[in-house]
Amino acid sequence: MAKRVAVVGSGQTYHKSQRLDVNGVELIHEAVSKALEETHLTRDDIDLIIIGNMDHFEGINYVDMWSIDGSGGLMKPTIKLTTGGTTGSTLAIAGYHMVASGLFNVALVIGWEKNSESDTTAAINTAFDPVWDRLTFAGAIGGLALEASVYMHNYGVTEKDAARVVVRDRKNACGNPYAHLRKEVTIEEVLKSPMLCDPVKLLDMCPRSDGACAVIFASEDVAEKTTDTPAWIWGVANRHLYTFINDVDFHGLHSLKNASRELYQKCGIKEPLKEIDVIELYQPYSFGGLLWLESLGLCKDGEAPRLLWDGMTDMDGELPINPSGGVIPTNPIGATGLIRCAEAAMQIMGKAEGHQVPGVNIAMSTGFGGCMWSDILLYGKKRPG
Amino acid sequence: MEFGAWNLTFGYSEIMDRIAIVGIGMTKQERRKEAETFSDMVFEAVTKALNDAEMTIQEIDNIVTGCNDFWDGRTISSMAVGDASGAWDKNISCVEGDGTFAALYGMTRILSGSYATTLVTAHSKGSESISSLITNAMFDPIYTRPLGLDAITSAALQARRYMDRFGITEEQCARVSVKNHKNAKNNPYSQLPMDISVEDVLRSRTLASPIKLLDASPISDGACALILANEKSAKRFSKHPVWIKGVGCCADAYHLGDRDLSESKSLERAAKTAYQMAGISSPIKEIDVAELYDAFTYQELMWTEGLGFCNKGDGGRLLEKGETEREGPIPVNPSGGCLSAHAVITAGLIRMAEATLQVRGEAGKRQIDGVKTALAHGINGPCGQAHCVWILGK
Repeated sequence: MAKRVAVVGSGQTYHKSQRLDVNGVELIHEAVSKALEETHLTRDDIDLIIIGNMDHFEGINYVDMWSIDGSGGLMKPTIKLTTGGTTGSTLAIAGYHMVASGLFNVALVIGWEKNSESDTTAAINTAFDPVWDRLTFAGAIGGLALEASVYMHNYGVTEKDAARVVVRDRKNACGNPYAHLRKEVTIEEVLKSPMLCDPVKLLDMCPRSDGACAVIFASEDVAEKTTDTPAWIWGVANRHLYTFINDVDFHGLHSLKNASRELYQKCGIKEPLKEIDVIELYQPYSFGGLLWLESLGLCKDGEAPRLLWDGMTDMDGELPINPSGGVIPTNPIGATGLIRCAEAAMQIMGKAEGHQVPGVNIAMSTGFGGCMWSDILLYGKKRPG
Repeated sequence: MEFGAWNLTFGYSEIMDRIAIVGIGMTKQERRKEAETFSDMVFEAVTKALNDAEMTIQEIDNIVTGCNDFWDGRTISSMAVGDASGAWDKNISCVEGDGTFAALYGMTRILSGSYATTLVTAHSKGSESISSLITNAMFDPIYTRPLGLDAITSAALQARRYMDRFGITEEQCARVSVKNHKNAKNNPYSQLPMDISVEDVLRSRTLASPIKLLDASPISDGACALILANEKSAKRFSKHPVWIKGVGCCADAYHLGDRDLSESKSLERAAKTAYQMAGISSPIKEIDVAELYDAFTYQELMWTEGLGFCNKGDGGRLLEKGETEREGPIPVNPSGGCLSAHAVITAGLIRMAEATLQVRGEAGKRQIDGVKTALAHGINGPCGQAHCVWILGK
């Protein structure tokens, strides 16, 4: 029989452009220690390690093996997953399935990245087909700029609308001690920042960060013994639709649309804007903070700017998005999707302190990456039926 | 708090759903598949697996790909094979490591109650890789990588330690090569079917003493696909479901100096878990055939010890007595093993596919008589740091 699964705790490292004080294994250990400390669990209580990152950012092959001293995986089942930007959310989904399977009671799930050790864009370029895609259309920013251009063209959305997303996320990050860029910015500053790839400017984009995150998933048999406030996982879904970037239909983020509809149906969500209390959105650039709300079905196509300017997604709005600051201030890629999971769970557990949204019963986290791919998890205070 | 490491009730209990392998597909493994991309190979394997299971891709509800960014030379290596795996608009994930680990995740996705059928794929093109550079990248960038350690040189250290501690001889290792290349003659998917002598192995070029060319597995291109299903779907889709009776995996210390390389504690632990789940108390009596990840000759001997087919240090004698030959009580690698074809990442999934064919009685000329229970095995990391053991049965 499948088991219900909850997040019972998590740990994050501090993030910087370069964490020169630690190597990769030590960085992983920092997050793992914090997660164990928070849950009062020891290494002996962990049945399984699930770890992930993007290999070419550090140049380590078989990271699950290399990181044993930091993960605590010695003489334990240890497995590595990687799916690009979605790695962190892919890890969280694996944590859910592997514990729900009944084979393991407690999984320690770790996402990490030391982006400072790589040329990020060069490493991302090799994701794309060497013959058809790589020479014409690669890297992370180009695809996003195209998506933004199509969106602006279709609905008259402006660069100023996008800048408002950045203002919100950078402000929220100031309440999160683990965020990388903890400094508010203004709309003017965003608009005047250097152009990277029209219409995406420097401040529209996430940075690259060094950091790690560890999240502990427990089965119903032990979750409530570990914490009084488990964040139950209500459902998971994902879509990795495309293999070739030149195949992508940029009218909306279809992977997010399709995955969210599956999840809503599974979990009985009919009016996501009203029913969901907080979203930690893997939103690596500002325009995603608009278009992707439409793909999630929170409003009609073209209406996201109104939602934003009305303050609906602010900390005190109807549906706060990225109370942690999200990805625009902090992006250790292999950890990023898992931080969204940790933060969504913290909101359910009432442990988000300076960036806690009051009265959260249902939370969502997402992952984005690969070839315009999406992952989603939905969490609830209530134990699922 | 009492937290168990594995729930061992799987496989022979009413508590958990039963899982079966309902379809398998393999490409031929070759030194260089010049005309085929990763997705061409995976598409061939997936198509064969679907035909084998008499299923359509619409009946697959989720996918796990086994990929490795280093071997593929591509970041997000799963991206290259998403369409070939039929992943359009389906839930999909990617395990980076040997196919046996991808299958483990694939199985838990069914046990979680989320899905009924998982398609697991794995692929690799050694021909497009520089294996010494790629396996050198397994090692610590500061302390061990500059020493030039790679898969072969680290294996040589392990072989030397193993031979030194237990008196295992180069001749005994050579006999593994003779046996497996001969077995490969029965396997149309294998790369190096050969009749060779112990002398041929001993006289072959030294790669890293004591490992010689014919002690090492070749560079191969290939893909494999496997379809897992829950009991309800297995009965619906398959004339010949092969049931998963047990599984276990475990990782040992990373730094070679932190382990006694002459024995494999993580394999012992993984095997113990799998045997307990499957209710196996005497492996050599109860297992009818084993497909092991023999990247090097000494490894097959070491793994037979770790799996409890014989006592520690007796792997050479087990082989010399002919016990692991086709006619012996515990035939090992009737397919020819990795020594005869070694598409990395794919190799463990192929071991599972071969074990499946053996249980079905459909392994053609490499079939062992009367197989009821088969073992398949995969490894990750340098010198078999992590192992995954599967028990399959009728």
